[in-house]
Amino acid sequence: MNEIRSAFRRNLLDENQVLRQILGICSILAVTNLLVNSLVMGLGLMFVLSLSSLTISALRSYIPHRVRMIIQIFIIAAYVIFVDIFIKAFSPDISRALGPYVGLIITNCIIMGRAEAYAQKNPPLLSLIDGFFAGLGYTAVLICIALIRELFGFGTVFGFDVNVLNLETWTIMVMPPAAFFIIGVMIWAASNVISRRQENRS
Amino acid sequence: MVDAPAIHPVVILMAAIFTSNMVLANFLGMCSFISVSNEYKTAVGLGKAVSLVMIVTTAINWLIYWYVIVPLGLEYLRFIIFIIVIAAVVQIIEMALDRYLPELHIKLGIFLPLITVNCAILGISLFMVIRDYSFLQTLFFGVGSGLGWWLAIAALAAIREKVAKNKLPRGLHGPALTFIITGIMALAFIGFAGTFIIQ
Repeated sequence: MNEIRSAFRRNLLDENQVLRQILGICSILAVTNLLVNSLVMGLGLMFVLSLSSLTISALRSYIPHRVRMIIQIFIIAAYVIFVDIFIKAFSPDISRALGPYVGLIITNCIIMGRAEAYAQKNPPLLSLIDGFFAGLGYTAVLICIALIRELFGFGTVFGFDVNVLNLETWTIMVMPPAAFFIIGVMIWAASNVISRRQENRS
Repeated sequence: MVDAPAIHPVVILMAAIFTSNMVLANFLGMCSFISVSNEYKTAVGLGKAVSLVMIVTTAINWLIYWYVIVPLGLEYLRFIIFIIVIAAVVQIIEMALDRYLPELHIKLGIFLPLITVNCAILGISLFMVIRDYSFLQTLFFGVGSGLGWWLAIAALAAIREKVAKNKLPRGLHGPALTFIITGIMALAFIGFAGTFIIQ
């Protein structure tokens, strides 16, 4: 239980992969103009990250140290192919909207980062938990940004029209610059919150 | 064989640099874009290396995709095959530079291995498949994307060098400010929108 709680805290707050480590930014910015796309992307990444952490950790004593990178990439790619085919089969529209970004989960630094920093050295079950919560931390940030962008950009939430006052939508929010501004401000806020907490503690 | 869209290659080249810039419009290669842009000289070095690898890998990946993967019906394996090609090309370029252009190799040295996991490189190979480009279009797309990435990281590094010494609100130093600067750059590049349309 303690491990789960510490993995939760570590990955969602103190060492959030996106806000604190600045990893996996490409897809965070690219798919967040619609909530549905972001949710699919987040679930896809959680799936790949949990299972690849589990597999890499289970195989860690059999993989020669020198070739571990390429083997890790193969393991990750296998799960990504699974996710890609799954999304294509069940929702061709979302697959088209996500474009190359599902395939790019392979080069998402979060997965390699967790494999190197955690799954290498820890038993399979702990790695699975760590991977799951790291993915959850990523998905949480993804959903936050997508909520802001979709709400202001289209006046909808998950495709439902919430713009009851018929306000003018804010087109810039669905364009690239807004993604940069929002993530910049979120990182700024996160680093302030954490540095303030550390000051209080000391 | 390829049902290529009727766009002139030069239009694709210009579009890849300005209107659908790899970093500023498609968000590819962000990790190294943010972390290796605090010094102008290194940023330019990385930009050169990325452009070189992009041009070579898209050309090779195009040939492999249309002459090997498609005839054999192995489309679902394209992620793995592209990654292997990229890793191999980076390795070969590194050895060739070491042999024939040792000076350039020393300059680019540390960046080359990093490029294997740069998502911009895999990204443009996947874009070229999704958009059904012909070989010539792919070549111009690779060159344009490389130049666009180079331009963006060089500009960002130059701005960051100027800003670095200023007094900033707490917590804004580093990545947060870099993202906001990139946002303003992206805003500026939107000015080119409509000039060339490929997406």
